[in-house]
Amino acid sequence: MGLTVATAFWTSIQAINSEARASYDTAASLLSEGQYDHIVSKLSGSITQDTYIQLRRAGWLVSPILEGQLNGIRLIGFDYLTAPDTLQQLVKSAQKDGYKTAEFGLLIANTQTAKRLETEIKVVIKEALAPAIALGDIGTVQQILKRDDLSRLLVLPGQPMGQVPLNQVGSGLQLKNARQAADLSQLTESFHLNLSAFALLGFAVGLFIVYSTVGLAFEQRRGMIRMLRVQGVPLRLIIGNLILEVLFLTTISAILGIILGYVIASVLLPDVAATLRGLYGAKITSSLSLRSEWWLSGIGITLLGATVAFADRIWQTTKIPISANTRPALSAEVNRSTFRMLGYISLLLFSVMIIIAMMLKGLLGGFLLLACLLLGAAFGLPALAFLILSAIERKINSPMIRWFLADTRHQLPALNLPLMALLLAISANVGVSTMVSSFRLTFSAFLDQRLAPELYVEVSDKSQSLTLANYLERENIESLPLLSSIDFIEGEMVRINGISVGPTYRKNWIFLDYSKDPWDQVQSGSAVIINEQLARRTDLQVGDSFRFDDTHILPIVAIVGDYGNPNGQVIGSASLIKKIKPNLYAAQFGIRTQNVKKLKQDLSKSLALQPHQMIDQESLKTMSMDIFERTFAITDALNVLTLGVAGISLLISLFILADLRIPQLAPVWAIGLNWRSLSLVELARALTLTVLVYFCSIPLGLSLAWILLNIVNVEAFGWQLPMYLFPGAYFELGLYAMFATLIAAIWPALGLIRSEPSTLLKTFANER
Amino acid sequence: MVLNLKDVTKTFKDHEETLTVLSGVNLQLIAGQSLALTGDSGCGKSTLLHIAAGLEAPTSGDVFVADQNLAKLNDIDRALIRRKTLSIIFQQFNLIPSMTVDANLRFQAELSGRLDEDNVSQLIEALGLRPYLNKYPETLSGGQQQRVAIARSLAMKPALLLADEPTGNLDERTADDVLNQLLSLVSETDTALLIVTHSPGIAACMNSTRRLHCGQIE
Repeated sequence: MGLTVATAFWTSIQAINSEARASYDTAASLLSEGQYDHIVSKLSGSITQDTYIQLRRAGWLVSPILEGQLNGIRLIGFDYLTAPDTLQQLVKSAQKDGYKTAEFGLLIANTQTAKRLETEIKVVIKEALAPAIALGDIGTVQQILKRDDLSRLLVLPGQPMGQVPLNQVGSGLQLKNARQAADLSQLTESFHLNLSAFALLGFAVGLFIVYSTVGLAFEQRRGMIRMLRVQGVPLRLIIGNLILEVLFLTTISAILGIILGYVIASVLLPDVAATLRGLYGAKITSSLSLRSEWWLSGIGITLLGATVAFADRIWQTTKIPISANTRPALSAEVNRSTFRMLGYISLLLFSVMIIIAMMLKGLLGGFLLLACLLLGAAFGLPALAFLILSAIERKINSPMIRWFLADTRHQLPALNLPLMALLLAISANVGVSTMVSSFRLTFSAFLDQRLAPELYVEVSDKSQSLTLANYLERENIESLPLLSSIDFIEGEMVRINGISVGPTYRKNWIFLDYSKDPWDQVQSGSAVIINEQLARRTDLQVGDSFRFDDTHILPIVAIVGDYGNPNGQVIGSASLIKKIKPNLYAAQFGIRTQNVKKLKQDLSKSLALQPHQMIDQESLKTMSMDIFERTFAITDALNVLTLGVAGISLLISLFILADLRIPQLAPVWAIGLNWRSLSLVELARALTLTVLVYFCSIPLGLSLAWILLNIVNVEAFGWQLPMYLFPGAYFELGLYAMFATLIAAIWPALGLIRSEPSTLLKTFANER
Repeated sequence: MVLNLKDVTKTFKDHEETLTVLSGVNLQLIAGQSLALTGDSGCGKSTLLHIAAGLEAPTSGDVFVADQNLAKLNDIDRALIRRKTLSIIFQQFNLIPSMTVDANLRFQAELSGRLDEDNVSQLIEALGLRPYLNKYPETLSGGQQQRVAIARSLAMKPALLLADEPTGNLDERTADDVLNQLLSLVSETDTALLIVTHSPGIAACMNSTRRLHCGQIE
């Protein structure tokens, strides 16, 4: 069961990861963002075909790319003959499905995207492509987008020596290397690392189950194995049979685990897709395919886990002395030395953690810090529990409670692993829920700031934009027009927003950092505001300059928090942005009104605006919060899963322990405690240990949250969030943990209650 | 009368068959009396001892311990009698593994509310347990463990002491040593002792002997 759970946990996360990665591989990565250097134009944002030809003649191995939007789909044109190998392979596989290079009107997209294209264009279906992306020959895409320029040029590997320098071929050309590019795969990799860490945690918990189960099972068999050997059965035969048994159980576990993992992955994948979309803007498919890499990794890890769990026990079996009596299942003396050793390991890990905190920065440092913190705490838990129980025992007068504490201490080695699992599960819950809830609070306050206008209107074209602006001015209604465009600046995908600075902005926006009178400077068109993500990625601060192009370089007067947005953002006055992007017009309007319903009706009647073009503040907030909640659905699901796995671990250990408990409890029963009370004490013990683990997991979980919020998130997402505490939620989690423990402990306790006196009396009569 | 078994019968169901282990057993024991119960293996000696201790209920008959009929009591009340009135020594010692020797020998006395430090000290000295007080039972030899079990039983000053082959797991010399100490302590405290044994030597050391044969006292 433990191996099945471990395999299922690992396989499901690997299935999700490989599916998501496959989407990037076939889309974003193949388009070489972050993989290849590229050439862009610093002046106009696009490159002429003549420049491309000149570069080729000058010896530059470059491949042209044209990008544009069509019905909200990213349309990407490429040149098959010069494209990188990986892209050519995709085209070759599409050719089998009827794709012809250079044929006008043919695009490659997945089914979902093909439906959304809503044009006459023929689409060859390639499910592996990420949603909302369509690929085609550059000529085709140029015709569809009615353009004759190029967005950028990929610089292919293996460039010849002695090329003509770039600035001699064309003015304004700039070489951006891959690291400077908006590296989607690098960002999302941190998310997959997160998931893999969760999977590894789940797998480790599963292995805890297997290891402790196997340990207790072999403990029970010691007598039998000794007896078999006494009766002349060769050790080799016993070991052979044990290995056969292990192989059989491992095979069954692997198969069941992979099936269960597939089911879990299918359920979780849409949430993961939402998370990646929400946090990074990465688009992946929501359906799962049976990829060999994840189910093979499932089998591999199951075998590895089984080897780890069983090898030690089988080795110990060979060491069972044929002549000596079986040693006690739980030894008080051995316990002390084990706890001491675990305590030293814990201290070592905490020391390493401090060194990492001082020396290693970045995402890797953050994850290593987390690993040392969690492992250090897990290894330290038995020693800490031992010390706490011993300290309380010394202060207590009641013999019954003293026995209870001593007995609980005595059970710790058998319950070590499930308790460690429970600690990790509760801490992960506290840590991740603190992070998500802090994010939720910040995001909600951020929405209140940002979504001040009561109504939002999106116009369909420039003339409608002008008509609406005139109408609002005529009616004397305060409006916040927004000019918006996405561009590739300073090696970053940046959204450029032009706004009309008014009282709403001045009153509602809260800056993370700003200079004197930021709004006055922005209003005058002499300065810009950037968001936190852009500031962190480009290392820009208030007082630095932001360079739109060679002629527009403006000081940054404020940095604004922009949570939940994967892109960098620069905000200037509408007049400034119009100067930089003359073709841009206000495509969105925020409108201040007391009567949203009436204004909607008036706009529909007077300007023929369609209902889908207007959305009120309430709906927009609800929609944003819905997206937020969906974004973190995966973490909630994983939290529940880890707690569930820890519960199963505890259940199995207590269940096996219940059998070993009879000879330990029977003397106490004979002395004068009734059996029902003793069985209930078993429940009380499990709950006491859970309370102890719970109180240890709160500071651990909060440390985890602090690292996530202040190190990992800053590196992975580009924003730093304030940390809030949620005592109510922690209390609720404590109740869940107690409930999980109660469920896990009640079955073995009932088994004990139902034990016949004759079973207990055997303890006094026979050697067990 | 410390122990009074009246017409005690015990049967077990073995599939469809009913197995009678004890059949109309009567047995009495007064304060300070020691009685050896002998008999062949499987004749029901241990079952009788367990019934006298309230660990097992008889199928029929009455079991009076200090004038309380165990046969009519529930598990909770039977446990209370065990805690306060009687004590049991088993062949397998059955010490509590999670507690030190010191905690083990005080445990039942504390539970019964009859801890007498002087008495405990005397028992420790008499049985030579002082060097082992902070050790755990698993680190002691069989003889040492059985001494701890005897000290634990006598520390609570029971009215009735039941012993099931208390020296069965010990070598002859240690067995003699332990038995002498047990008998000497019992006689000092006026405790009634019922001892189940195969050994004619041990039986000879008691005030009286009864033999159990085919579920009946001969």
